[in-house]
Amino acid sequence: MELLSGAEMVVRALRDEGVKYIYGYPGGALLHVYDAIFQQEDVQHILVRHEQAATHMADAYARATGKAGVALVTSGPGATNAVTGIATAYMDSIPMVVLTGQVMSHLIGEDAFQETDMIGVSRPVVKHSFSVQDPEEIPAIIKKAFHIAESGRPGPVVVDIPKDMTTPTERFPYEYPKSVKLRSYNPVSRGHTGQIKKAMDMILDAKRPVIYTGGGIIMGDASAELTELAQLLNVPVTNTLMGLGGYPGTDRQFIGMLGMHGSYESNMAMHHTDLIVAIGARFDDRVTNGLDKFCPTAKIIHVDIDPASISKTVKADVPIVGPAKNVLQEMLALVKASKKEIDKEALEIWWQQIEEWRARHGGRFRTDDSELMKPQQVIEMLSKVTNGDAYVCSDVGQHQMFAAQYYKFNKPNRWINSGGLGTMGFGLPAAMGVKMNFPEEEVVCVTGEGSIQMNIQELSTISQYDIPLKVICLNNQSLGMVRQWQDMNYESRHSHSYMKSLPDFMKLVEAYGHVGIKVDKYEDLEDAMRRAFAMKDRMVFMDIAVDPYEHVYPMQVPRGSMRDMWLSKTERT
Amino acid sequence: MRHIISVLMENEPGALSRVVGLFSQRNFNIESLTVAPTEDSTLSRLTVTTVGSDKVVEQITKQLNKLIDVVKVVDLTEGEHVERELMMIKLKATGQMRAEIKRTADIFRGQIIDVTSSTYTVQLTGASEKLDAFIETLGTSHIMEVVRTGVSGLSRGEKVLSL
Ligand SMILES: Cc1ncc(C[n+]2csc(CCOP(=O)(O)OP(=O)(O)O)c2C)c(N)n1
Ligand SMILES: [Mg+2]
Repeated sequence: MELLSGAEMVVRALRDEGVKYIYGYPGGALLHVYDAIFQQEDVQHILVRHEQAATHMADAYARATGKAGVALVTSGPGATNAVTGIATAYMDSIPMVVLTGQVMSHLIGEDAFQETDMIGVSRPVVKHSFSVQDPEEIPAIIKKAFHIAESGRPGPVVVDIPKDMTTPTERFPYEYPKSVKLRSYNPVSRGHTGQIKKAMDMILDAKRPVIYTGGGIIMGDASAELTELAQLLNVPVTNTLMGLGGYPGTDRQFIGMLGMHGSYESNMAMHHTDLIVAIGARFDDRVTNGLDKFCPTAKIIHVDIDPASISKTVKADVPIVGPAKNVLQEMLALVKASKKEIDKEALEIWWQQIEEWRARHGGRFRTDDSELMKPQQVIEMLSKVTNGDAYVCSDVGQHQMFAAQYYKFNKPNRWINSGGLGTMGFGLPAAMGVKMNFPEEEVVCVTGEGSIQMNIQELSTISQYDIPLKVICLNNQSLGMVRQWQDMNYESRHSHSYMKSLPDFMKLVEAYGHVGIKVDKYEDLEDAMRRAFAMKDRMVFMDIAVDPYEHVYPMQVPRGSMRDMWLSKTERT
Repeated sequence: MRHIISVLMENEPGALSRVVGLFSQRNFNIESLTVAPTEDSTLSRLTVTTVGSDKVVEQITKQLNKLIDVVKVVDLTEGEHVERELMMIKLKATGQMRAEIKRTADIFRGQIIDVTSSTYTVQLTGASEKLDAFIETLGTSHIMEVVRTGVSGLSRGEKVLSL
């Protein structure tokens, strides 16, 4: 067997796991590992400008591919800088392996230079973590880390590696395990057949059913099965913010996103439904609004890979623990074999009702109340110019909600945003991570002038590796989402939601060697955007001036029911 | 309602802190907690008593099960079970109190395990309420120090929590 140092084992194990890129930043505790990286070419290291960006790049790669992304950060500040990114992945159940340097074993606990208890700091935001105690364990630990990150309900795994575990002169036999077995970890691989039958019976009996799906469809690779089942049954589908693209956004049966900024028709449908078929979604507070008023007439079927997600906030009548893909396949087989059919007459009436809702309020916004462009118009244009086919990596704020509402995602894994944690600064590194791995695809970062400044330093990484993504900055000169809440709940006292002294983004991006395009008028938008996308080998930053007074609607009334919504600044349901 | 939750888990560094962290992170309450390795030194058995609604306790068991180090979880209070807690209590034992403590300890089937001219240390095992009752009977004014192990428990009969 080959003899390798711990440092070499880390890199070799990543290679044997099939990892192409790792995103990281060096430091004292990782010097041996970086030296090992230098001496090989299989695993390519991408040097970011801040560790948070490394984690978001790895995370976005995972969101686009379903495979765990890898970040490498040094001990102490390197590790703590990565925490936001780990928490972001954790909240959205994204597989990620984060390797963190640690001080030498004999110094641990002595407040050594750049020592942070990373296992402790990261504990609440990881699926699991390992601390390497013996270099010979490295291959097995890395194998386990990938297995845990990617299987079951995915999530981030931290591997903490004290420096003395990687000493170049100490060599050990290396073999990468082919498989892992953990006696205490056996995620379910299929749903309970009896429960699935029961669920299918309920679906066929329903008069006003709604299928409500989330990120579990995306990460569970179940979009095709969902689409087939929904279309076979002609049941309306709504997606969570995390689930967009799980069902084709331009299909008639898609009734939009649900929840706080969900469409009028989807929130109305949820309120009036008699059966919710929830798959890979977790009834979180941004979806349910006031729990005591949630969907008063609905029975609930809840399919999730994580039993703890079922009946956590809303009690399920039929719980099904299992992977979305498998459960949907079994449901499909049952429908196809069933003599009974869904109640088509009732469904016809239900659809008429939904179409009426859709016609009444579906996704309209005013363009006549401002000289400036509306952010919604920009997203509609983006959807048009990219044929709804781009990877859209969003930051957090109003622009994120507009992107979710107005970009029509027809494919899964293309809408990449921090849904659970709502991490400003996610968008740009996320777009970098996706573009590096899909160089032939259009990759866009939709951002605001606030969010973009939270990881703006990555413009430098983009120059170093020539990552020709496109940035669409909806510049409303304010922390729009904060301002909206202040308008609605604090009599427009705009406490610290106004961004003074914005940089000249044109000069800024040019300084990093990129192209900037500024747009102020809607008439210029389409041309400018087409020009931007035509520059295939350049990173182009579009700074687009939009109406600072625009609000995101619909917006649910806090603690109300699903149907209690503001529809504009003056209309309420 | 009070629940006794038994957890079989890997005897690994960090495992205990994950369990304890879970309780504070998710705002679950811990009344008592005890943990030690089992006959198989690769496994630890942890017993936690908690108070919460059925919904909360269901979440507690589910969330515990999700921890990678946790092998099995059972809510002992769901079925018939036996439970014991051990207490050592040091009491001021002078004058009349010396006899009084001895008598009370006998009634409660306690043992006096340390004696000085002015103190008794009594060891008492039983359900938690019995230990509470002992403290109440003697009154807090004579108590110098109390240490309790927290509850341990097993299911009755053939039912076991094992690999
Ligand atoms: C790291 C972080 N800090 C604070 C917030 C709270 N927050 C949510 S949206 C928002 C404003 C975002 O402003 P901008 O990026 O300009 O987007 P806009 O809402 O104007 O479109 C803030 C401050 C957050 N989500 N993330
Ligand atoms: Mg803004």
